[in-house]
Amino acid sequence: MKSIKQLSHLDSLEADSIHIMREVMAHAENPVMLYSIGKDSAVMLHLAQKAFYPSPPPFPLLHVDTRWKFQAMYKFRDEIAKSLGMDLIVHINPEGIANNINPFDHGSSQHTDVMKTQGLKQALDKYGFDAAFGGARRDEEKSRAKERVFSFRSKAHHWDPKNQRPELWSLYNGYKASGDSIRVFPLSNWTELDIWEYIYREQIPIVPLYFATERPVVERDGLLILVDDDRLQLQKGEKVEIRKVRFRTLGCYPLTGAVESDADDLASIILELLQSRSSERQGRAIDSDSSGSMEKKKQEGYF
Amino acid sequence: MSTSIEQRVGAYIEKQGSLDLLRFITCGSVDDGKSTLIGRLLYEARLVFDDQIASLRNDSKKQGVQGSGIDFALLVDGLIAEREQGITIDVAYRFFNTDRRKFIVADTPGHEQYTRNMVTGASTADVAVILIDATQGVLVQTQRHSFITSLLGIKHVVLAINKMDLVDYSQAVFESIVDVYSEYSRHLEFESIMPIPLSATEGDNVIARSSNTTWYSGPTLLEYLETVEVGKSQLQHSFRFPVQWVNRPNADFRGYSGTVVAGVIETGQQIRVLPSGETAKVEEIILSKNSLDKAIVDQAVTITLDTNIDVSRGDVLVLADTPCEVSDQFEASLVWMNQEPGFIGRSYWLLIGTTRVNASITGIKHKVDINSFEKLSADSMQLNDLGEVTLSLDKAVPFEAYKSCKAMGAFVLIDRYSYATVGAGMIKFALRRAENIHRQALLVDRKARENLNGHGGKILWFTGLSGAGKSTVANALEQALHSRGMRTYILDGDNVRHGLNKDLGFTDADRVENIRRISEVAKLMLDAGLVVITSFISPFRSERDMARALFEAGEFLEIYVNIPLAVAEQRDPKGLYKKARRGELPNFTGIDSGYEAPEAPELELATAELSVDDCVAQILKII
Repeated sequence: MKSIKQLSHLDSLEADSIHIMREVMAHAENPVMLYSIGKDSAVMLHLAQKAFYPSPPPFPLLHVDTRWKFQAMYKFRDEIAKSLGMDLIVHINPEGIANNINPFDHGSSQHTDVMKTQGLKQALDKYGFDAAFGGARRDEEKSRAKERVFSFRSKAHHWDPKNQRPELWSLYNGYKASGDSIRVFPLSNWTELDIWEYIYREQIPIVPLYFATERPVVERDGLLILVDDDRLQLQKGEKVEIRKVRFRTLGCYPLTGAVESDADDLASIILELLQSRSSERQGRAIDSDSSGSMEKKKQEGYF
Repeated sequence: MSTSIEQRVGAYIEKQGSLDLLRFITCGSVDDGKSTLIGRLLYEARLVFDDQIASLRNDSKKQGVQGSGIDFALLVDGLIAEREQGITIDVAYRFFNTDRRKFIVADTPGHEQYTRNMVTGASTADVAVILIDATQGVLVQTQRHSFITSLLGIKHVVLAINKMDLVDYSQAVFESIVDVYSEYSRHLEFESIMPIPLSATEGDNVIARSSNTTWYSGPTLLEYLETVEVGKSQLQHSFRFPVQWVNRPNADFRGYSGTVVAGVIETGQQIRVLPSGETAKVEEIILSKNSLDKAIVDQAVTITLDTNIDVSRGDVLVLADTPCEVSDQFEASLVWMNQEPGFIGRSYWLLIGTTRVNASITGIKHKVDINSFEKLSADSMQLNDLGEVTLSLDKAVPFEAYKSCKAMGAFVLIDRYSYATVGAGMIKFALRRAENIHRQALLVDRKARENLNGHGGKILWFTGLSGAGKSTVANALEQALHSRGMRTYILDGDNVRHGLNKDLGFTDADRVENIRRISEVAKLMLDAGLVVITSFISPFRSERDMARALFEAGEFLEIYVNIPLAVAEQRDPKGLYKKARRGELPNFTGIDSGYEAPEAPELELATAELSVDDCVAQILKII
C-alpha cells in the first residue's frame, strides 16, 4: 500500500467539484447550470459530464444573454450545446430589449444590472430553478473569497454575507425553505492557473478568443476593445488598429479589454500567466466601479 | 511556439500536476496580525498582482491602520463591514503555490463571537498557524484557538511568534513564550509544534531568513509549510465509501457514485453494504470514460457490483472483512453554532456522510468553559458553546470515531424548521445502551386493553396561550366522554408540575424537557388504552412535532385553542398576565417568551367566539 501516492492537486480539485455537483442532486428538485461560455464554464461543464457519466448531466444549461457577447462566443455556445446534446436555455431580459439597454448609452453598471442581474433573476423565476451552478472562484475577488460553496438566496435573490451557514468538512447542508434557492460554486477552490492547467491536461475546447491572433481593436478608457461588430461607434480621435491580442476573461465585448500577447496555444497561455503581473479581472470594467462593488452586486442577486 | 518552450511547459505542468495540496488555517487574537501575515506571504511570494497592489495602496490610504505603508490585511479582509471595522468576521480562503506545493489558506476570525467560523475553517485544515503577539505572550485566546484546533483533529501546529521587531528580536522573550505554550499544550493532542520567531509587517522569517534572529536555526514559515508531512494515514485506513447518488441511465447500468473517504478499493474485491450487511464483488470502478483498477482516498468515482443488491444514497460501502460499527446512540463533542440554543430532547436532522437521520441530544455531559477549560454542567447549548453530549438517532448509521476517520465521524445538526446548520459534532464512541436494554414483552397488550374498554386510545393535544380556555374545554370534554363510558385522563400543569416535573422551571430548556416527559407519559397512557387529554401551553412547534412523532398517524390530534393575546390578557383568570407585565413572572408565554402557532392542527377552536359546548361538540366530531 505504501507505494500508492496521494491524489495530485488537480485530481483532488476535480474530485471535490464532482462531490459538490452530486450533493446538489440530493438537495435540489430543479437544478440548472449557468453557462457563460468562458473558460470556467467550460471546465464546469466538463466536470459535470465526468460527475454523472454514463448518465448525461441531469440538468439543462442556462445562458443569460446580454446581446453584447462576442460573436465567436455565440458560435461556440451553439456548437457545444449541439455536440453534447444538452438542453440549452437562452434568456434575454425582454425589458432590456424593449429599452435597448446597451453598454454604450447606459454605462457598464446599468447594462450589467438590467441584462445580467435582472435577467438572471427572471430566468431563475421563470423556470423555477431551485439550484444554479455557477463557475465563480474564490481567487477572483475578495467578496467571493468569503462566499460559501452552497450560497443561499432569499425569494428576492438577496445574499446576506453576514449570515451565511457554516460549511464544515464536506458536509453540505442544502436544505432550504420553499421559494429560497441556492447558488452552488463547484469551482470555489480553483485558481486561474488551476483552470488552465486542467484545460491543458484534459484538452477541453474553449472559445478561440483566448488565443492570441491579429484582431482589430480600439483603445478606450485604458482598455483595448475589439471591434466585434458595427455597433461599436468610433469616438473622436479613436482609430482601429490591428494588434496581436487575446482575452484572459470573456464578457460583453464593449466591457472586456484584450491584452497584447503572443500566446497562441494552451502551453504559452500558461507560461504567460506564470509571468503575468496583473490579475484577470483587470480587464473587467464592472469590478472597478467602486470598492466593495462586487459584494454590493452580489447582495442584489448578481452571480 | 518553439519545441523547447513546449517541452519546458510540458515538463512544468507535469511537475505541477504531481504537487500535493496543503490546507492550513491561521488563527490568533484580534490584533496579532493574521491577515497581515497572509498578505505578506502572498506579497512576498509575488502572488499579488500589480493592479491589486495599486488598489491596495489606494485602500490603505483610506482605511488602513498601518500609517503610510501598505496595510496587507486589506488584501484579505474582503467584506465591507470587515474593512470598515478593521477585523476579520468570516473565513476567507486564499490560494497560492510555490514550486514545491499548492496551498489553500483559511484566514479565520479571532473574536470569540466568531468561534463557529474558526471551527468551519479548521474542519478542512491539515496545519494550523497560531499567531502569538510577542509583546503579549500566550493569551486566553491563544489557548482557545489551540483547544479548537486540537478538537478538530489538526495534528501539526506552527507557533508563529509575531511582532518580534517590537521586542528587539529577543531570544529570551521567544523562549519564554515557547515554554509557557509547551506547558499549556501538554494535554492537547498535537503531533508536532513548530515555534518560529517572525515579524509580518517587517517580513522577518516569513519567506526569507532574517538577519535579526541569528540565534534561530529552524525553518522560515514558508519553508516549514512547504515541507511538513501530513495526513498519509487515511490512505492506509480501511476502505470507506458513502454512496452519494445511484447512477442509473438505463436498465443495463446501475452504478454507485461517491467519494472514497478512506483507504483503497480494487476491482474484484468483496464489499459489504452498511447498514444492511449485504455483500457483493466490485465489478468496475469508473471515472468518467476511464475504467480504473483501483480508487484511492479522495477520489470521486462510480462503482458497479456483480450482483443486484439494494444500495441507496446514505449507505456506506466497506471492505467485506473490515467493516465499521453501526449504531444509533453516540457520545460526541459538539460545537453549537446558532443563536437559537440547543435543547435536550429536541429533534434535529443529523447529517453524517451522505445520510440524514433524526436525532436528539439525550444529555449534555458538560460544557467546556472555553477560556479556563473548566467542565461546567449545562441543560442547553448556547451559541459558540463546546461540549460533550450524548445523542440518540432514530436509525442506526455506519460510523467511526472522528479521531480515526474524520469523514466517518463528523456530523452537523440542522434545525428542522429554519434549515440552519446549528451544530457541528465529532463522534467519540457508540453507547451500547441501545443493545442492552431489551423491552419487556407483555402478554396483555394494548389491543387487549382497548377491547376490554370498548374503545381505542387517543391523544388530544391542546395547545394555546395561558387563559385561552384549554383547561375549561378539556374538563367539559372529559365530562362528555366519561358520560359516554370512555376511559379518560387529563394531563395538565397542576398534576404534572407539582409532581413528575416539579424540578423544572420555565426557561426554554425546561419547557422542552417538560413537554418531552408529558409526551412519554401520554404514550404510556395510550398504551393503557386511555383517551388522553393534554392541556399545556406547549409553545414550541418543534416539541409538539416531537410529541406527534411518538404516535402512529391518527392517534395524535392537535387542537389549537386559539385566542387573541389581547383577549387572553383581558380575561386573565389567574392574574398571571398582570404579574408578567409587572416583571414578576419571567419567561411568560406571549409576554417575554414566544408562542409558535400550529401550522396544520387537526382542529382550531376560536374560543373568543365559541361557547364551551360548541367547542366540545366540534372535538367529538373529529374523534
